[in-house]
Amino acid sequence: MAINHLAPEQTEQFADNIVGFARALRSAGMPVGPGAVIDAMGALQVIDIGNRADVFTTLESIFVMRHEHALIFKQAFNLFFRASEEWKHMLDSVPLPEQAKKKPQAGARRVQEAMSQPHMTETPQHQEQDLRLSVSDKEILQKKDFAQMSAAEITEALRAIEKMHLPQAELLTRRHQPDPRGLRLDMRRTLRASLRTGGDIIDIHRLGRIEKPAPIVALLDISGSMSEYTRLFLHFLHAIGDARKRVSVFLFGTRLTNVTRALRQRDPDEALASCSASVEDWAGGTRISASLHNFNKLWARRVLSQGAIVLLISDGLEREADSRLAFEMDRLHRSCRRLIWLNPLLRFGGFEAKAQGIKMMLPHVDEFRPVHNLSSIQELITTLSRPLPPHHRSLIRPAA
Amino acid sequence: MTSATLPASVDAMLELLTSRGYLAERSLATVTYLSLRMGRPLFLEGEAGVGKTEIAKVLSAALGRKLIRLQCYEGLDVSSAVYEWNSAAQMIAIRMAEAAGDTDRDQLSSDIFADRYMIKRPLLQALEPDVAGPPVLLIDELDRADEAFEAYLLEILSDFQVTIPEFGTVKAPSPPIVIITSNRTREIHDALKRRCLYHWVDYPAADRELAIVKSRVPGISAKLSQQVVRFVQALRNQDFYKSPGVAETIDWATALSELDARSLTPQVVGDTLGALLKYQDDITRMQGDTLQKVLKEATSD
Repeated sequence: MAINHLAPEQTEQFADNIVGFARALRSAGMPVGPGAVIDAMGALQVIDIGNRADVFTTLESIFVMRHEHALIFKQAFNLFFRASEEWKHMLDSVPLPEQAKKKPQAGARRVQEAMSQPHMTETPQHQEQDLRLSVSDKEILQKKDFAQMSAAEITEALRAIEKMHLPQAELLTRRHQPDPRGLRLDMRRTLRASLRTGGDIIDIHRLGRIEKPAPIVALLDISGSMSEYTRLFLHFLHAIGDARKRVSVFLFGTRLTNVTRALRQRDPDEALASCSASVEDWAGGTRISASLHNFNKLWARRVLSQGAIVLLISDGLEREADSRLAFEMDRLHRSCRRLIWLNPLLRFGGFEAKAQGIKMMLPHVDEFRPVHNLSSIQELITTLSRPLPPHHRSLIRPAA
Repeated sequence: MTSATLPASVDAMLELLTSRGYLAERSLATVTYLSLRMGRPLFLEGEAGVGKTEIAKVLSAALGRKLIRLQCYEGLDVSSAVYEWNSAAQMIAIRMAEAAGDTDRDQLSSDIFADRYMIKRPLLQALEPDVAGPPVLLIDELDRADEAFEAYLLEILSDFQVTIPEFGTVKAPSPPIVIITSNRTREIHDALKRRCLYHWVDYPAADRELAIVKSRVPGISAKLSQQVVRFVQALRNQDFYKSPGVAETIDWATALSELDARSLTPQVVGDTLGALLKYQDDITRMQGDTLQKVLKEATSD
């Protein structure tokens, strides 16, 4: 049974069903554009729609663009076109799914806050005090532990984080661009230029290698003991991800979640909201070893392949500290360019690596740094801008 | 080499692939058929060694089309993927023109940017007409190329044309059959995937893998081939850094068959494990109890 043998009203019904199905997929979180719907109609013209499996594969090849979505698609397909021996259900009327619930709009919270703030009708004296406080606040803010900040101070810190710039050691790529001081001869441009002078070569054009910043991969611990820091670090990662494309972010507590896409939304509030929506184990326990294992197995080859710098943000308080933890840390260390461990526990002056987990992890990191206040984040940024270790020198140049 | 007609249904596609020794899942045959019928590139993703590249080779052989392969790598650029000017020959042409006292600059520039000074690389070759019909273009391991190259591919994949500043636009009279593969060492941009039909190639089920082994390693005994497939399937359930693909299964079966093994024993498995597992950590984990367990699973009747 091919679609072009259908009566006109049947074809219309059929099209409605495909549109409804696409809408269902969309509300299940899959990116399905109108172009895909048109493609799907086209594709169903050339196969036998009597065969359910073929229709499944056809629609899957058009609507699914990443392997992670295959499961959602399968479930949606089975629900929408209920399992049946005959494929005539395709032509039956299928109720359109309800519109997806409206998302709270970006910045709603900020607007709300702005609206509920006291109006500027206070006495002038009061205002003066405020100003004086805010000057000293700024200094205190730099050194204040994130865990001890009030809500207002956190807002202030977030603002400061958003303003931070991340100058980065650049990697030389294997691509070239016109560069007067480059080492390679650009024959094509040289020849074209020479034609202007009737074949005499006057200007030699050159090519130099293109530089681009090294990718950053952040592994952020979101277990209960880190909860005071998580939001600020997410803000920090969102801010650096906004400025450059190659930042991947993974959250882990008892399991590992990739939130790179969620964090890529422009608005920080919306990005953080969709981040927390995709995580199931917020502020729970920690299983560093298992999470690192998952990262090494599923993601390391995909996100570390271009010489990435790894930021591991965790207090290292692991319950199941055994040789597996050391093994996974070692593997992670060997597969990235540089492994930097950021640990808020380092804020205590007399910090000693007593916990078993920390002892296991320490030998495998290139750097061990505190991150608990704005000035330590600023120091981290300075570190990231320094030239990379000598064994990578041949490929790398510090940013100008 | 004569050109065969395109298959007219999914079943015909399946038959065509089988006739060339490629035992495909029906879903793979469906997307391949669709890609031919709709003239859309086919984007195949999956673990290494599941037969993504192979399908392009089989398709070109079965349809009697030329196979043009572009192996991607980091830094792949237009001059090695699309075209390059033969600068040395151009220089000689300029000198010759000078020696002959030819001073018409416009004439000279149109002469030396002509077709015969152009070195055509795979993508441009794929756009050229061929007597046997449009060729099969295999863009292999696209994940190894960088984002800049991916963006360049967008024009070629949607309009099947390239623009060369000195020369003009080259458009394929009929679009080539395009197969793109990726091992997922990084994510490919959605803009590119949107222009393609997407399919995830999975490890085959046991019975299909058994059929593949039998057809690829002809001399193998029924008992050994069954044990090999069971062993590999059990191995894929283990938590390894890199699970063996079909290519590894075939390698291993061939190795065992060369060694005249009749059935799997701890000794012979230990000696040949390198054909199956490619990471030292994985091989270390396979010693002792795990090996015994998997072996027992594979050899019990």
